[in-house]
Amino acid sequence: MDPITLLTVVVLAVFVGFEVVSKVTSKLHTPLMSGANAIHGIILVGAIIVAGQASDPWLLTIALTAVVLATANLVGGFVVTDRMLEMFGGRKPARPASRAGEDSK
Amino acid sequence: MSVLGPGLTALFYLVAAVCFILALKGLSSPRTARRGNAIGAAGALVAVVTVFLSAKLENIPLIIAAIAVGSAVAVPVARRVQMTQMPQLVALFNGVGGGAAALVAVLELGHSEDPWVRLAVVFTMLVGAVSFAGSAVTVGKLQELISTRPLLFPGMPVVMAAVVLGAVAAGGIVVATGSVGWAVALMVLGLAAGLLLVLPVGGADVPIVISLLNAFTGLAVAASGIVLGNVLLLVAGTLVGASGTILTKVMASAMGRGVTGIMFGAFRGGSTAGSTVQSDRPVRSSSPEDVAVQLGYAQRVVIVPGYGLAVAQGQHTIAELAIALAARGVEVVFAIHPVAGRMPGHMNVLLAEANVPYEALKELEEANPEFPNTDVALIVGANDVVNPAAKSTPGAPIYGMPILEVAQAGQVVFLKRSMRPGFAGIENELLFDPKTTLLFGDAKDSLTRVLGAVKAL
Repeated sequence: MDPITLLTVVVLAVFVGFEVVSKVTSKLHTPLMSGANAIHGIILVGAIIVAGQASDPWLLTIALTAVVLATANLVGGFVVTDRMLEMFGGRKPARPASRAGEDSK
Repeated sequence: MSVLGPGLTALFYLVAAVCFILALKGLSSPRTARRGNAIGAAGALVAVVTVFLSAKLENIPLIIAAIAVGSAVAVPVARRVQMTQMPQLVALFNGVGGGAAALVAVLELGHSEDPWVRLAVVFTMLVGAVSFAGSAVTVGKLQELISTRPLLFPGMPVVMAAVVLGAVAAGGIVVATGSVGWAVALMVLGLAAGLLLVLPVGGADVPIVISLLNAFTGLAVAASGIVLGNVLLLVAGTLVGASGTILTKVMASAMGRGVTGIMFGAFRGGSTAGSTVQSDRPVRSSSPEDVAVQLGYAQRVVIVPGYGLAVAQGQHTIAELAIALAARGVEVVFAIHPVAGRMPGHMNVLLAEANVPYEALKELEEANPEFPNTDVALIVGANDVVNPAAKSTPGAPIYGMPILEVAQAGQVVFLKRSMRPGFAGIENELLFDPKTTLLFGDAKDSLTRVLGAVKAL
């Protein structure tokens, strides 16, 4: 790819990244961090490419290690984020606090 | 398999990138968050299927087996982890992602002739290794396998400087020659830098470091996109790097701290080196029964939960206490400081797990104006986030941090383990205020006893 195209992509992605999280409520900081964490697990795509090109058994071992680690990051990240968000959703809003947890026992 | 041509491949990667943007966007609001996360996962699936269908790959059965192993390890852990241990898991996943990026880069070194691409290789390896080692230390601190106090040894700044200079030199050699031996040396130096960077960080600042290392891994993945000529990795990594940076800044300012102060504060001696000196000034200590009376006959109670509650795993007990009080007609809300818990926003997750309704959780800006109308502020396992020194004592380590102004409530009750100061290591004047009472003990024990007493009223 030519460098200017790359630079364009990077600059636009930086702005999008800044924009999408700049107004996030502090209530959701933990899931947001966990979700962003899952997204960089997409390094799995890179790990698959290098594993698919590795000829030497040593290099293949290293590449497969990268695949395992990246999968853990990607899959684990999305699963754990979903688990957290499941607890945030689910309940209907706009009932007084006194209802607090008929469902908690 | 090369079923997909370059055009279609690029198109599917674009779809995946858009999914990731929508995922982050969705995560910024509670209503759309879960759907957003599902969209992100779908994008990841599209990207992984695309790479199998587009690139010429050998070893496909082994790769699929490796993916199966990674999933088989990660999914059960992610499903079973306790919500109190969430920060460790996030840090762990972040670390392995950084490690994967570093390994991918070192393997691509042989295919990289262009010095600019080699520079991207060097960057990915170094930052990935820093993120891996730094996250490992973070996990250790959060699990309390390593002391949560800043760890320093004499000459540490000199060692750090030597490691940084060594890494720059090794990186330069790799860019110039493409030497694999020097690349390995660079990774080792990166690991050392990660350790040295995070060991001196105090326990209270660890959450910020998780977020910062998350941004680091994002940047490493972005650079790996340049190495592999893969736009998806570039976009996804940059997105995470940028959003992680913003998130780190937002969190740091919620704590009234600068990011550089957190990372390098210990080197200058200005970190959160929590003092353990106990004060012997007199305080009014109380009994569970007295606290129960105070709470049970109040009209409005604001509960301020903190780190100590998370440690004692008292979130379910406090939710029950809120129900018991509400049943007596007491208005109960939770005031959540942005950095309460072991990770910013962590307390919201813990209370959500304990089924406390979302609308009973008030953020700092919502909670503060209501304290003058509050009869009792019940502070459970928190200290620094209610310490008036943040407003009144310029020069205090927490000066400038927004606090919950519990002093404006009619009465203040602290459930505390001991008189030990909080992480910031400064005394809380509020503890000695005439309208303050203290109930000492483990947060969960104290809450259980107060709950029993409230039910007996």
